[in-house]
Amino acid sequence: MKILAIETSTEACSAALLDNNNVISRFEIAPRQHSQLILPMIDELLAEAELKLQQIECLAFGCGPGAFTGVRLATSVIQGIAFSIDRPAVAVSSLTALAQAAYGETKIENCLSAIDARMQEIYWAYYQLDANGLMQYQVEEQVCKPELLKLNSSQVDWIGVGSGFDTYEKVLDAKTLDNRQSKQMRWLSNQFPHASQVAKIAKSEYLAGKAVSASQALPKYVRNQVVKK
Amino acid sequence: MRVLGIESSCDETGVALFDTDNGLVAHRLYSQIEIHAEYGGVVPELASRDHIRKTLPLIQQVLDDASMSVDQLDGIAYTQGPGLIGALLVGSAIGRSMAWALNIPAVAVHHMEGHLLAPMLEENPPEFPFVALLVSGGHTLLVDVKGVGRYTILGESVDDAVGEAFDKTAKLLGLSYPGGPALAKLAESGKQGRFKFPRPMTNRPGLNFSFSGLKTFALNTIQDHSKESRAPYNLDLQTQADIAYAFQEAAVDTLLIKSCRAMAETKYQRLIVAGGVGANESLRQNLNLKAKKLDFEVYYPRAEFCTDNGAMIAYAGSLRLAAGHTEPPIIKGMPRWRLEDLDAI
Repeated sequence: MKILAIETSTEACSAALLDNNNVISRFEIAPRQHSQLILPMIDELLAEAELKLQQIECLAFGCGPGAFTGVRLATSVIQGIAFSIDRPAVAVSSLTALAQAAYGETKIENCLSAIDARMQEIYWAYYQLDANGLMQYQVEEQVCKPELLKLNSSQVDWIGVGSGFDTYEKVLDAKTLDNRQSKQMRWLSNQFPHASQVAKIAKSEYLAGKAVSASQALPKYVRNQVVKK
Repeated sequence: MRVLGIESSCDETGVALFDTDNGLVAHRLYSQIEIHAEYGGVVPELASRDHIRKTLPLIQQVLDDASMSVDQLDGIAYTQGPGLIGALLVGSAIGRSMAWALNIPAVAVHHMEGHLLAPMLEENPPEFPFVALLVSGGHTLLVDVKGVGRYTILGESVDDAVGEAFDKTAKLLGLSYPGGPALAKLAESGKQGRFKFPRPMTNRPGLNFSFSGLKTFALNTIQDHSKESRAPYNLDLQTQADIAYAFQEAAVDTLLIKSCRAMAETKYQRLIVAGGVGANESLRQNLNLKAKKLDFEVYYPRAEFCTDNGAMIAYAGSLRLAAGHTEPPIIKGMPRWRLEDLDAI
């Protein structure tokens, strides 16, 4: 089982190569340079793993939400590759990739994942671990002002992750007071969606038959109100 | 050599396949006009969102039309600029990563070079050197073309592009977006001589253009004859048509005067006209008459290759690929890119 994954929806640009249970990756915080970095990163990974692109069975990408241009970059690169070598693709939510990483690091089974969406808003989703060790939506991706975030969960122990917390720590702390056990809000700072998580999540999606054709691999913008009439 | 061309610089997705042995094999175009019509202009984010949905299906259709598989491609060309950055990046990223995955060369094409080489896709193509008049919603350029990549800009618009002036005037006349072609249609029933619009910047030397004043002149004329003092204006049908006529006459005449001046300055025998406004019938008729009188040849691409298309990108790319030009595996979009900065082949 070999999967190639990329994630470029935030300031971070990353690529990962999953070979059964082994994952190698490249990761760089490099705003506005993703389009220059991404193909050379993949080249490096293939060379390191001594694999040819044709040996990849499935492509995966972080489909957002995040910066529109970044989300489209990952999507169009994967579209181009998947179409050319005739392989399926899996779109993985960038918020889910964050949640999966947060679980990996803390083993806390609930997660509030939030990405700074600019314009004083955040993209967010709320997750819970399933029996297979994967984070699953309890609340799907949304976009709203952090002041309007609404968790229906009772007082559980969850971990926060993503740039939304870096930017709006205080607001989110106050907003979620009733939805957590501890007085102190726990969250991981400076975390960005990573292609290794995208690859791991994509593996189970692929095995579950949820991969799509190249032209069906599309972004998930979440923010759809983009023009004023 | 079989070259796939991808165009996504603005509001049309174009894909084509050009074979250096057999010429243009297949081409497809998807226009987003309907998406942008309700906003009265191109919304960049919506354009990008549509390109990413349409590019691969169009590529598949072109390959099907050509009865070819993707493995049979020898190179990929894509528009890298100038244009809308988000839109450019979709075509560039798909094109560049396809070439990377197929292990074939990729080449980045300048959108305006595509336009000015488009007449080469027709039978009886022009030889170098020639003067190119590039007229569209985004550009008004007179270019001295000595060869592929050997361009000197002789003149350009200092404000609105001529196509933009057509569209804006059409909007003032209450025509729906994009109004340029609708204005030309309306002008057919206009009377000559009722209104006289200025020919901006023609009474002084030089080859630059200015079209924003023409639009303002149209606005003043409309207001003088409208029952309403502000938009939506209320004109009788004949007045509306007469204004359209006078506007088009002035715009075309201005292009004519400058083009003839450029022909005289360069002493070339050939003029090519490309870009969306190049499809304008009045421009074509008047230029043909002038050319006959002054003894030079005019070349046009077919109407569908006047506007944005993938064929011109595949063709321009094939010339550059054949000359050994290739791109490293780096994806780029260049919203601004000077035609004169291109390398000669």
